[in-house]
Amino acid sequence: MPRITIDKEKCKGCLLCVSVCPKGAIKAGTKMNKRGITFVEFKKGGNCLGCAMCAVICPDCCIEVYK
Amino acid sequence: MKKIFSRPESLKNVTTHYCAGCGHGLAHRLIAEVIDELNIREKVIAVAPVGCAVVAYDYWNFDCTEAAHGRALAVGTAIKRVRPDNIVFTYQGDGDLAAIGTNETIHAANRGENITAIFINNAIYGMTGGQMAPTTLLGQKTATTPKGRDVRFQGYPLNISLLLGTLPAVKYVERVSLHNPQEILKSKRAIKQAFQNQIDNIGFSLVEILSPCPTYWEMSSEKAMSWIRDTMTKEFPLRRIK
Repeated sequence: MPRITIDKEKCKGCLLCVSVCPKGAIKAGTKMNKRGITFVEFKKGGNCLGCAMCAVICPDCCIEVYK
Repeated sequence: MKKIFSRPESLKNVTTHYCAGCGHGLAHRLIAEVIDELNIREKVIAVAPVGCAVVAYDYWNFDCTEAAHGRALAVGTAIKRVRPDNIVFTYQGDGDLAAIGTNETIHAANRGENITAIFINNAIYGMTGGQMAPTTLLGQKTATTPKGRDVRFQGYPLNISLLLGTLPAVKYVERVSLHNPQEILKSKRAIKQAFQNQIDNIGFSLVEILSPCPTYWEMSSEKAMSWIRDTMTKEFPLRRIK
């Protein structure tokens, strides 16, 4: 099952990854990181395809993709 | 399970100071990826601009220097002439390359210096607080054009790529955008071509990248991307100009 990891300390919560994910496998989170930013979360058991569109559009390079 | 996407080696593992959704982070990463792929990290010298990307040298893991406002291409010329074996590129925003540095830009291009210029066009001054840039669109509201840019007072948006495309010494000019993953990959191809031209001693190359500034466009990151697609590309069509 493809999956992604999100570097929560680098995430700035711009939500671009959420907007491009074709399967809706990333969601706006509820927890804050050390800088007070609500980071995004990967939905466990979501239908991640491993297409890496989220990683391609992430301006802060916080996403790693495994397939 | 194989890792298919991770941070390029040429990009330091640090948090940038850019706002959420800013295109600079994306452009930095694309350049870092291209440099890794061309295996020129030990040979590259970057010239950082004045503007939001003023501390780009803190984010790239290769040799960088800093130029006075607008003078990146003049500094780049000097470096390339003294060290012709190095790969020299400048990274400049619209306030740097198209406003205070127009003179240096046009003359460096006209001399056909064998360097690569990466031009980040976000139609606004980001670092100083969202004032009008030469590339601001007609009708676009900024801190200094609160009723929108009016052609009677501020003139038309300056189309630098088209201008440079008319010069015989300029060998490659392409305008690309960062508004969706497909366009981001096209931007990477254009940046790679611009670096390859320099490696092959072809001459001056410039890649103009339409980049979002959600903070001073006063939009969400997603809306800023659609604004590029729907509005900005009408004034600045995406195509290879030369």
